[in-house]
Amino acid sequence: MAHFDDKAMPFGNKWMDERIGLNTLKRVLNTEYWIPKDINFLWAMGMVLAATFGILVVSGIFLLMYYKPDVNLAFDSVNYTIMSEVGYGWFWRHIHGVGASIVFLIIYIHMFTGIYYGSYKRGRELIWLSGMGLFVAFSAEAFSGYMLPWGQMSYWAGMVITNLFSGGSLEAYGLVEWIRGDYVPGDAYLTRFFMLHVLLIPLAIIGLIVLHFGTLRLPHVNNQEGADIDYKESAELWKAGKKKESKVIPFSPVFLSKDLFVMGVYFIIFFYLVFYNFEFSMDPVNFDPADGLKTPAHIYPEWYFLWSYEILRPFSKDIGLIAFGIAQIAFVFLPFADRSPNVAPAHKRGLFNIWFWVLLIDMIVLTAMGKLPPTDPVFAMIGLVSAVLFLAMGPLLVLITMFEKKIEKGA
Amino acid sequence: MRELKIFAIVAFFSLLTYYLVEPYAHHEMHKKVDTEGNEIHSESHGFKYDGKPDIAEAHRAKNKALVESKTAFWADVAKIGQLKGNASAGQSHFASCAGCHDANVNMGGVIPPVLDHAGAIYDKNYLIALIKDPAIASNIDHKYKDTGNHPMGAIKFMMPDDQSIADVVAYMLEHKAGEVTPKEAYEEACMRCHAVRYGKLPQLGDTPKFKHEKDSLAHKIKVIEEQDRVKAYMGKLPPDLSIMIRARSEHFMKTFVENPQSQLAGTSMPRVGLSAEGYEKVEAYMVSTGDPSKAKREAVGPWVILFFVIFTILAYLWKKSQWKDLH
Ligand code: HEC
Ligand code: HEC
Ligand code: HEM
Repeated sequence: MAHFDDKAMPFGNKWMDERIGLNTLKRVLNTEYWIPKDINFLWAMGMVLAATFGILVVSGIFLLMYYKPDVNLAFDSVNYTIMSEVGYGWFWRHIHGVGASIVFLIIYIHMFTGIYYGSYKRGRELIWLSGMGLFVAFSAEAFSGYMLPWGQMSYWAGMVITNLFSGGSLEAYGLVEWIRGDYVPGDAYLTRFFMLHVLLIPLAIIGLIVLHFGTLRLPHVNNQEGADIDYKESAELWKAGKKKESKVIPFSPVFLSKDLFVMGVYFIIFFYLVFYNFEFSMDPVNFDPADGLKTPAHIYPEWYFLWSYEILRPFSKDIGLIAFGIAQIAFVFLPFADRSPNVAPAHKRGLFNIWFWVLLIDMIVLTAMGKLPPTDPVFAMIGLVSAVLFLAMGPLLVLITMFEKKIEKGA
Repeated sequence: MRELKIFAIVAFFSLLTYYLVEPYAHHEMHKKVDTEGNEIHSESHGFKYDGKPDIAEAHRAKNKALVESKTAFWADVAKIGQLKGNASAGQSHFASCAGCHDANVNMGGVIPPVLDHAGAIYDKNYLIALIKDPAIASNIDHKYKDTGNHPMGAIKFMMPDDQSIADVVAYMLEHKAGEVTPKEAYEEACMRCHAVRYGKLPQLGDTPKFKHEKDSLAHKIKVIEEQDRVKAYMGKLPPDLSIMIRARSEHFMKTFVENPQSQLAGTSMPRVGLSAEGYEKVEAYMVSTGDPSKAKREAVGPWVILFFVIFTILAYLWKKSQWKDLH
């Protein structure tokens, strides 16, 4: 039986510590959660993501109070009730729209940071894998959310994406109908995506975030040089007051102060977009109500799906689907495809450095081509070449890293 | 400093991606080309109407006769524009307009709009052209073998000469040009075809309040019947304009209203010859139903951003104090 001090003030520090181990929690999660000193603002992107997810949840709760999941009511509940009748409804909607788009920009920055610094390797594989889980969950969350206003793009993008499940020549239309709950997207389709968007996927995301944080705790985050830090020794130095000599800082309050500063800058940009430049996140076509009889001139997904969409498009039906399937899961295998023994920033890894920048540029090119009309032969050609290049990047990585020389780390 | 360099790289690639998927992709998607593959630039002509775009369209269609007839038509319009109109002489001619326009009944597909502010919302040259030949003026003459069959086509035979056209236009510019509200401008220019359900404004105008459901349903039926007539005339029911202002770009809206054919070749929507001020009013109405938070955004935005600027400054000071003896 544990010891409880009868004189401890209820809810005071001691009282709480005896009941939920407050001091241990603080130590493990904050004051003795050691972060390398040698990191830049890119390491704040994880917290920026967590904050953006928080903003999406809060704004989503406000929208949920007035949204109506019914094909006859959905469009006007969003575009009329929320935008004109509800006080500050427009504010929450624009925050939710911009947040949903920007969260992917930050996810991509966060992922490419991980790739650049080799943060998916040697002990950090699970961080990467849980991160990929988050990427998939966020993708599903964004797609299901995009269905809800029931505009032209909701309907037609929903049609195109769910059609993919017919598996090309497999003609598994039964599966497509099972997903839709109908022959074409309709009420059953909308209500199930509503459920996914507001309950099941957010729950999964919360679980995955906890897992992602959990996988970080033992390996600690990487650092700018990929240095293998002796955390015990550095922590002792810090606790002994030798702040200059120690290679680490506690998460709270030292690293947190930097996180907050980065978040501040981020929020200035974020709210600039919310108030003055939100069109990029709310496609004009989706302000036309869904009409199953009128196919829009151009159907394209939101920008963050364009690169994988473009891997689907340039090939024949079946090959396109296979290529698309590979692209969807390619990044999962990164920790195992990279055979190099080095955990180091790309600029110290020779060929890998070139591989990294080619990958980044190839994905941007794919993204651009995914939205441009494929009827233009030049765009179609560029799209095909960059899609083939993307598919080749995996095997290339294995080759390049197999022969990568071990970097001898000096001091 | 290293962090700034990294930030510059991140910003560069983010903005590049933005440029490619937004302005550039939209430009490429909405690009129009002629049969030879040359890009057709549809730009706003400042809501002035001299027939040049219509003549250019005839050129592109390689229809010589049409080029000639349109050139002659708009030259005549310009000539009438030079005449000095006499407003009081125009008053008697205006009675023939009112015969149709005050009747409030559907004529050949639509209810002729009220002309109370015609002098204020329409362009002078356009009004002249419209009275000379409504189908050619609104650039839908391709729909008619004989433009006299246009629902307003009879006007061609009601004006004895060019001077009377100049007179009736002078009359409207003087006596039908009072202060006009955005809603009135919309009602006169677009309502006969387009409903605005967020403004509770179908083709028949403001929906009255009914005590009995029966009366309300009876009114609904009247609206549906009117919509059927518009549909028969236009080939399709013109879309509801409630939030059209967000569904189309500003550039599209302007060029489309000035000359629908420039954006949707072959469309049945006629040109609505608004003046720049007239369009401004119609646009204001569409903003009030489709994007009502515009003014609020501009009012609240700076404060929210100021809040985060202060937040950032405080966070920076805190960070400085926390990191001061680390290196
Ligand atoms: C035979 C009946 C008739 C007469 C006479 C007539 N109008 Fe019209 N007018 C119409 C109808 C019908 C329309 C709607 C046409 C449409 O929307 O396609 C119309 C439309 C208009 C418009 C709007 C055009 C636009 O582009 O939006 C104006 C302005 C106008 N008339 C002015 C006049 C004037 C001025 C006169 C007299 C000189 C006149 N009308 C005489 C039937 C008539
Ligand atoms: C005589 C009937 C008529 C009048 C008057 C009219 N329109 Fe239209 N409008 C149409 C029709 C018909 C369409 C559908 C065009 C199509 O799809 O080809 C249309 C379509 C539109 C569209 C959508 C174009 C698109 O991209 O699908 C806009 C925007 C529009 N009108 C704006 C206006 C405005 C603003 C006014 C008033 C200044 C107006 N219209 C007056 C008949 C009319
Ligand atoms: C979308 C929700 C996500 C949240 C809230 C999140 C949060 C975090 C946080 C707080 C950190 C620690 C601080 C940092 O290094 O930034 C982190 C690290 C990391 N995350 Fe994520 N992350 C998310 C998605 C992802 C994705 C999609 C991936 C890639 C597949 C990923 C991979 C990583 C990796 C590899 C690290 C370790 C970085 C290092 O050790 O330097 N995360 N994440």
